Amino acid sequence: MYYKSKPYKLFTGLNYTFLLVLSIICVIPLIHILAVSFSGKAAANANLVGLWPVQFTLDAYDKTLANENFLRALWVAVQRTVFGTALSMLIVVLAAYPLSKEKRQFKRRNLYTWFFVFTMLFNGGLIPFYMLIQELNMMNTIWVLILPGAVSVWNMILLLNFFRGVPKELEEAAFIDGAGHLRTLFSIYLPVSLPALATLSLFAMVGHWNSWFDGLIFMTDHKNYPLATFLQTIIVQQDFSKVTVRPEDLENISQRTVKAAQIFIGMAPILVVYPFLQRFFVKGIVLGAVKE
Amino acid sequence: MQTSQTSNVVAVPGKQKKPLKTRGNWKRMLALDAMLLPAVILTLIFAYIPMGGLVVAFQDFKPWLGFAKSEWVGLEHFQYLFSTPEYVQVIWNTLIIAAMKIIAGLIAPFTFALLLNEVRSSGFKRSVQTMVYLPHFLSWVILGGILLDMLSSDGLVNQALGALFGIDPIFFLGDGNWFRFVVVVSDVWKEFGFGAIVFLAALSGINPSLYEAAEVDGANRWQQTLSITIPAMIPITIVVGTLALGNVLNAGFDQIFNLYNALVMDKGDIIDTFVYRVGIVDGKFGFSTAVGLFKSIVGFVLIVAAYRLAYKLANYRIF
Repeated sequence: MYYKSKPYKLFTGLNYTFLLVLSIICVIPLIHILAVSFSGKAAANANLVGLWPVQFTLDAYDKTLANENFLRALWVAVQRTVFGTALSMLIVVLAAYPLSKEKRQFKRRNLYTWFFVFTMLFNGGLIPFYMLIQELNMMNTIWVLILPGAVSVWNMILLLNFFRGVPKELEEAAFIDGAGHLRTLFSIYLPVSLPALATLSLFAMVGHWNSWFDGLIFMTDHKNYPLATFLQTIIVQQDFSKVTVRPEDLENISQRTVKAAQIFIGMAPILVVYPFLQRFFVKGIVLGAVKE
Repeated sequence: MQTSQTSNVVAVPGKQKKPLKTRGNWKRMLALDAMLLPAVILTLIFAYIPMGGLVVAFQDFKPWLGFAKSEWVGLEHFQYLFSTPEYVQVIWNTLIIAAMKIIAGLIAPFTFALLLNEVRSSGFKRSVQTMVYLPHFLSWVILGGILLDMLSSDGLVNQALGALFGIDPIFFLGDGNWFRFVVVVSDVWKEFGFGAIVFLAALSGINPSLYEAAEVDGANRWQQTLSITIPAMIPITIVVGTLALGNVLNAGFDQIFNLYNALVMDKGDIIDTFVYRVGIVDGKFGFSTAVGLFKSIVGFVLIVAAYRLAYKLANYRIF
């Protein structure tokens, strides 16, 4: 066998080492930020922190969690993630079901499909969208974070492909028993599609949690910023004028360890759902990309 | 339950052959329309109405005058865009950064998938996958914040370089050429693992008996890779590559916006960041919409061409 040959054994050794280094490179920045967040202020400012906390303290987390601006942004992020995901899933499920029907069963199917797919190919761009939101008076409302992204065409396509794999006999049996489409969807299709629904929900959640640009342009009042937008202003733009008023807050918020703690809290929910996500997403991606 | 089951068995034979054109069927289709209604309404409002707003690209738009009363200027904004060297430079930046990302973003996952495929211990394989997929799920705000910290003149990277090679701190995010390098490398870093998923799927679909036959013929692993593994990956590589072509004007707004600064504008400013600054910050709606429209049209042509090409070359369809 090839793997018993000497050159291949040498290759294997090198390969394992290389992949190990590569994996470490992928997580090292996160470990560094975690280490900084648990370190003492002086050590962090003097760049003494590598991958392990120096002068261990929870001070940065105390300050972060005592910052009402941070907590308010966290709450907005939770709201948009929960409501946004729920609404988006409901709309996508309701739309994917009719689109998964054959033309024989649903004549206008192709018309609808193109109506949605066209929006993936062409869009009005940022400025007309911005003007529309202004016209609709949706600035500074939670709706602007939830409604425009609710119809995810990509999720719709993934789900309709999944629905097509559901055995037709199940549906026919339900029809004969007198179930309508809505009933068939909720009591036949959804229970057998749980893995696909879990994947799409997790993706929607991650998407909402990470979204920052909509908050930045549509929230003129910083009190309505979701966490990602708040972090963008504090950590990337380093613009403290918008989010704090008290000078004592300013000192706390610009401190390096506090920034690290904020970054870490910002990504913590993703790290929590990640193991669940990983179990499903490989299937989801492959479902969309390399169909038989 | 039991009774309905029996009635099924009786009902099935007659029902199956019946044509579907009945009045009940027409009603059932209306139910399907109703289920699509929420998605249709939201798409009309948030996707199709803004397309109508594109008329602004041909106007000297003044918000207080509105669409109807603003002056029509024809293609003036487009002429202005293409005759101003700094603006043309923005288009070039977009193309250069996007092209580098597309090429690197194809080679890295391909190579990584090949190497990972040679790993025989499934525990090691899974651990590697867990770690390399992770950055894909973090936003550029988080990663931008981390990179700004690590790449600063006294950050972790410069410290490491100084300790290992004794070189002076590099101004990674303050020099245009280094900036492009950082943008491409950090994009590859974030996405190569996730991008490898489709390649790994293609690899796991290769029939093992091909390798067994090659083994019998005395081919070593390298020869097997060249004549079995790589040919088997060609279709999916063509699909991924052609679909990526649709992104040649998408240099990655989130990433650039969270990393760039005034020092690297000349080489790091891309169409999307430019539209944001000119449109939303400066309020020049007409001109910035025109720039956006240019991008949308080119993007549309490229995506349609890419999908047709992927269909022709590799028989790929999304739905």
